[in-house]
Amino acid sequence: MKLILQSPSNLPIINPGQFVEVQTPDSSKTFLRRPISIHDVDYTRNRLILLVKTVGEGTKSLSNLSIGSTLNLVYPLGNGFDVSNVKHPLLIAGGVGIAPMMYLGKSLKKNDVEVNFLFGAKSSSGLLLEDEFRKVGNLYCTTEDGSAGTQGFVTQHAEIEKLGIDYDSVFVCGPIQMMKAVGNIVKQKDVTCYVSLENTMACGIGACLCCVTDTVSGHKCVCTEGPVFDIKDLKW
Amino acid sequence: MNLNGLILKNPVMTASGTFGYGLEYDDFMDVSSLGGIIVKGTTLNPREGNPYPRLAEVKQGMINAVGLQNKGVDYFCKHIYPLVYNYKTNVLVNVSGSCISDYVSTAERINELENIPGIELNISCPNVKEGGMAFGTSCESAQKVVEAVRQVYKKHLMVKLSPNVTNISEIAIAVESAGADSVSLINTVLAMAINSETRRPVLSTITGGLSGPAIKPIALRMVWQVSKAVKIPIVGLGGIMTAADAIEFMLAGASAVEIGTANFIDPAISAKIVAGIINYLERHNISDVNSIIGGLIV
Repeated sequence: MKLILQSPSNLPIINPGQFVEVQTPDSSKTFLRRPISIHDVDYTRNRLILLVKTVGEGTKSLSNLSIGSTLNLVYPLGNGFDVSNVKHPLLIAGGVGIAPMMYLGKSLKKNDVEVNFLFGAKSSSGLLLEDEFRKVGNLYCTTEDGSAGTQGFVTQHAEIEKLGIDYDSVFVCGPIQMMKAVGNIVKQKDVTCYVSLENTMACGIGACLCCVTDTVSGHKCVCTEGPVFDIKDLKW
Repeated sequence: MNLNGLILKNPVMTASGTFGYGLEYDDFMDVSSLGGIIVKGTTLNPREGNPYPRLAEVKQGMINAVGLQNKGVDYFCKHIYPLVYNYKTNVLVNVSGSCISDYVSTAERINELENIPGIELNISCPNVKEGGMAFGTSCESAQKVVEAVRQVYKKHLMVKLSPNVTNISEIAIAVESAGADSVSLINTVLAMAINSETRRPVLSTITGGLSGPAIKPIALRMVWQVSKAVKIPIVGLGGIMTAADAIEFMLAGASAVEIGTANFIDPAISAKIVAGIINYLERHNISDVNSIIGGLIV
């Protein structure tokens, strides 16, 4: 579900891959804020767009919101993807991992970079907003059941063969197994690889130290030192 | 307010481990408007803490298993202290250790820092294998570690007590007799969460520390009990989310409060609670906040 949020004030500068911590409307069932990545930004109308998949009580209460409701957000959080000096990227996402890819794709396109998306889902119903992504770049899809695009995982798609040849960098967001699988392929090639992690977190601002991931230089907070990491820094 | 020599501009402080070094909250509020901040648990040597996952959300609270991740006291003195030096509030350092000599060495280092008016001695962390809570669950070990630190630490010595004991008043009496200037209570309640689908514990460490509104009634009860047992001031904490919660702790006998998990829900909550307490005092025509301490009518 798409949540279009109208800010009462001018939006701050937001990097692709950054996220919000949203207070869920029905806090009797949930306690902590929910970290949700920023799907798109409309600076002209001061709008933030989130893509929310219902997985638990928190996201359920968000999807039950009626038009005109008010939400309390802390944003923009995290480092985000660095789009400077990117030349030939492949944007890989699985499931709800497509969420940050819209704003990332648009930001790259704005820098005159050709955008190629490679999205994977269990079946065709998991592939969302295909037309909108096609407006930004080329879209390649895989589904596990073959109901849309190429059958199989993203790692089995023909575009993956072009890593290190046509593509010099990959930006990945999705299930951890998928990101690790992409990481394993990339390790053998001369390609930089950035992944966006989604560890469970409480504060979102680097205070609670709950969301850490293991890196070559020790535990790092996914909320402030991530969520985007160069795969070389992770102990995968 | 005078907390046994430690002067607070208001009774609201922030709890260790929930407020970073204060710096993380500069974008959301004026940290110097608080009565004090108690920064991250600091140990003699750097600690990586426990593996992920470290967090389980539960009804009205959360269980954490961070395990005192910090870069050690030397790093604090060299790199963090200059950053918090200019806060116009009390910056207390929460000191933890796995043996008495670690506590003592860390406290000695902090004692040298001019703008740190006190420490909160953490003898109640449930998330470390050695030390931590072990010191705070017997009168003898609690007394020993406080006596040892008292020898070297000349400024305000607050001792943070564990709720994971049969009789918290006994421990409070022991640390008072060992020379503590105040006690803060409660630390987190030992707890666990299980995922029924995977049949696995949610936390990497299986058990962790429960915080948030879920523990407030336990904390209130313990503050009430301890206030009857010791003469030194009590700093109350455990699930405070609103000014009314803070007032309840003061009525139960706390001279000041610490805001913990609520900082994760609303990063500006501590300043809002200060304003809420002022509002309460005005509504009740109370001119001196000290007059509500222990003011429970029974």
